[in-house]
Amino acid sequence: MKTNLKFRRVAAIGAGMTPFRRRMLETPQELAWEASRKALDEAGLELRDIDCVVIGSAPDAFDGVHMKGEYLAHGAGGVMKPASRVYVGGATGVMTAISGWYHVASGMCKKVLAVAEEKMSPGRPHPQAVFRYIWDPITEKPLNPNLIWIFAMEMHRYMFVNKISKEEIALVSVKNKRNAANNPYAQLGGEITVDDVLRSEVLVWPVQLLDVSPVSDGAAAMVFVDGDIARRYTDTPIWVEGVGWTLDNTSWPNRELAYPRYLENAARMAYRMAGIERPQREIDVVEPYDPFDYKELHHLEGLMLARKGEAPLLLKEGFFDRDGDIPSSPSGGLLGVGNPIAAAGLMKVISIYWQLKGTAGKMQVKRPVHTGVAQAWGDLMQASTVIVMRN
Amino acid sequence: MVHPLKEEELKEHFTVTYRPQAKYSYTAGQALSTFLRGLREGKILGRKCPRCGRVYVPPRLYCEDCFYPTSQWVEVKDEGIVMTAVASFISWTRDRLEEPEIVGTIRLFPSSPRDYVYPGLFHRICCSYDDVKSMRIMGKTVRARWKPVEKREGSIEDIECFEVV
Amino acid sequence: MENVGIVGIGWYGFSTNVHDLSFREMMFEAAQRAFYDAGGMNPREQIDAFISCQEDFWEGISISDEFAPDPVGGSMRPTMTVAGDGLQGLAHGFMLINSGVADVVVVESHAKPSDILTFPEIVELAMDPVYVREAKIPNYHFIAGLDATKFMHRTGVTREDLAEVVIKNRASGLKTGRAPHASMLSKEDVLSQEMIVYPLTRVDVARPVDGAIVVVLASETFARKFNDTPIWITGIGFSTDNSNLELAKLGDAFYLRKASELAFGMAKLESPLKVNGMFVDDRYSYKELQHVEALGVNNVAEKLREGYFHEGSYLPVNPKGGHLAKGYPLEASGLSLVLDAVEYMREGVSSAVVASWRGIPTFTGGVAVLQR
Ligand SMILES: [Zn+2]
Repeated sequence: MKTNLKFRRVAAIGAGMTPFRRRMLETPQELAWEASRKALDEAGLELRDIDCVVIGSAPDAFDGVHMKGEYLAHGAGGVMKPASRVYVGGATGVMTAISGWYHVASGMCKKVLAVAEEKMSPGRPHPQAVFRYIWDPITEKPLNPNLIWIFAMEMHRYMFVNKISKEEIALVSVKNKRNAANNPYAQLGGEITVDDVLRSEVLVWPVQLLDVSPVSDGAAAMVFVDGDIARRYTDTPIWVEGVGWTLDNTSWPNRELAYPRYLENAARMAYRMAGIERPQREIDVVEPYDPFDYKELHHLEGLMLARKGEAPLLLKEGFFDRDGDIPSSPSGGLLGVGNPIAAAGLMKVISIYWQLKGTAGKMQVKRPVHTGVAQAWGDLMQASTVIVMRN
Repeated sequence: MVHPLKEEELKEHFTVTYRPQAKYSYTAGQALSTFLRGLREGKILGRKCPRCGRVYVPPRLYCEDCFYPTSQWVEVKDEGIVMTAVASFISWTRDRLEEPEIVGTIRLFPSSPRDYVYPGLFHRICCSYDDVKSMRIMGKTVRARWKPVEKREGSIEDIECFEVV
Repeated sequence: MENVGIVGIGWYGFSTNVHDLSFREMMFEAAQRAFYDAGGMNPREQIDAFISCQEDFWEGISISDEFAPDPVGGSMRPTMTVAGDGLQGLAHGFMLINSGVADVVVVESHAKPSDILTFPEIVELAMDPVYVREAKIPNYHFIAGLDATKFMHRTGVTREDLAEVVIKNRASGLKTGRAPHASMLSKEDVLSQEMIVYPLTRVDVARPVDGAIVVVLASETFARKFNDTPIWITGIGFSTDNSNLELAKLGDAFYLRKASELAFGMAKLESPLKVNGMFVDDRYSYKELQHVEALGVNNVAEKLREGYFHEGSYLPVNPKGGHLAKGYPLEASGLSLVLDAVEYMREGVSSAVVASWRGIPTFTGGVAVLQR
């Protein structure tokens, strides 16, 4: 993989999002508009200043619209502009930011609006039904799978190989929902206990209701600009210093699920670009993708912030708490804030942006932060996207 | 500002119901067609890469690692190790199931525990909820329980499930 | 920005029904040919990033991105999907190379419309759910009909002119090995056809086709390593005019006006008349003329009548037959035009413009300037 050290500098100068909720009155276009407007306001820009628009949205089936990028171009400000949609399943949100980065880094555009939207609640009989079509239509779909199976299989493998208990994993849910109580956009913030998680409805053993992020509608947007002009708009630009992404093979039943090697690959790419050699020492705050509680641990290991199988131990010691060594998901993550897929991924990037800018309000972590990492994950346990930012 | 709604509030607003008419007939292709024919005969067939020796089950016409055409059909055992197993209490529409459905992935023989990638299948596993919950089923050797020959139709469903040997 | 070279291109299919290969196997076949074309490169060692262009509902698989990496050599590599036309994918590849994150990028797109049993219904699913779908129009070509009449009214293009485009393109396709809809037609044949939606008959409308196309791009530094005569992308742009039919300006391809402004500016191309050939989306006969006009060519009706756009004349348009002869491979349509242009340029000419459209009901298109 090439990593050129002479990258054009790219800065994030604005971000906005809608609250994440179960049912929104607004259409997907209107949700995208709301987030885009807020991001432009924070950047001090108008739509006419924007050169290109990048749109991120996960399966078309949720909003029930084919060619969703075309449809969303409207609310996302993509009319009479170069607008395109990038897509890597659940990892799309962070990919949207990465794509915003290369739109600017390539010299193609000076100012880019990156918008991610998902409206999951309109699907009937249940948004879950959409996930039946993500499987191989010939060798897997005949078994009538649902999405939670896939997570449960990976979770159980992770628990089995590393001898991790449900109690240890439930601590992630407890931490993230507690963090979310400080987040004004959050759908499910609050104080819960490990017992609450263990007593919640069993969906697909070992996954229970409180192990899972909720069904949500929402949108998020960010403005990225050329480094040379960033200080015209803000005194505190946040720099994109590393990007990485990787897709593993399609055949998930044919590989080890206990460790996400594809994430390690993506992280190495981003770290090399950002000059990070010892991630655990050099990264101050992290937003790993947590649609399910064990995923946060799995991803902390893939990001090399914990050794294989040791993330639960560090979690228990408070290492990943908001006042810990490397606060993880200070926003409350998908478990606490909600999971409108692509928008949730971009929300993770926005959370890091706020932390580095020092505008995270009650979410602001205790220790001073200089380097932050956001990550998302998707497809058939195969995709990861990583972004490193600094202030 | 956006407006979150409660379930009952949905009735107070206009909603447009639309049922997508999306129907497909997926082309199985060379590799999976032969695989499905093999299942009808009670065989699990894979394709072997001549460069790295990896066996692909379900088969592919190409090796993703070497980017080279796989060249040879090989039959693998209908026996393997349970890598992971779960018990589902919800259907694909998220309705509650009384009896859990148990599924998992199986690393088929010949293969070794050191392999990161291996021939394998995703399928039902015939065991109890307790076997899953206690993790007793993990790492166990299982074998395919085939449907009777006359009921097989060249589908992954020609295997009823995998059961402990 | 530096130029990006097309150093390899490969295709498979272009048949109305590739019944013996799955879409993944078609991708592999096209990829093998592209890597062979790029000097027999090893994709596992020599490629930095992979881009696939596809849409879920075309594939019949939700999150179809899952199937992108393996058949093109992209597993455990930076692989991503652009949910758009192949030409937009090409633009993303162009950006990846210019950003410095990659030197060699593969862009892939494929189509298997023969797997789709409810094609018109899928197209309808791309329309606005609240407003347009509710209108229950029996035939999605109506949007093209609206657009065509307004265009013809404004420019003086006639039904005879459209017939001329159909005859020219379907005959040109006979020279290539991948044009299932190529044929020799007479003006009477075309004008006597029954209308689908006025002013378009069955032969004015291109049909979807199965196919896969893989393109290998490389930076200036690396291109000659794989190919002695790379075709350079010197300018590229894309644009969306509108997403809502009720708000769109019909009768003119504004998306291509904007996209060509970007691409021509980047390539420092003063006039579109200076290139040796144009490869524009002709899913509907009138679209060829509308797109050529949007690229900055005036008086398209007169020029067509004078034979200006025919092969061997001043500015050949779709000399390989376009989509009318080949069919349009859904999101691979833009790459199909690029493939035509690359083959045409390899025959000896020095420049071409490619202009793509994403089809009904979109108002999105892309433009690439190719030079040797
Ligand atoms: Zn191999």
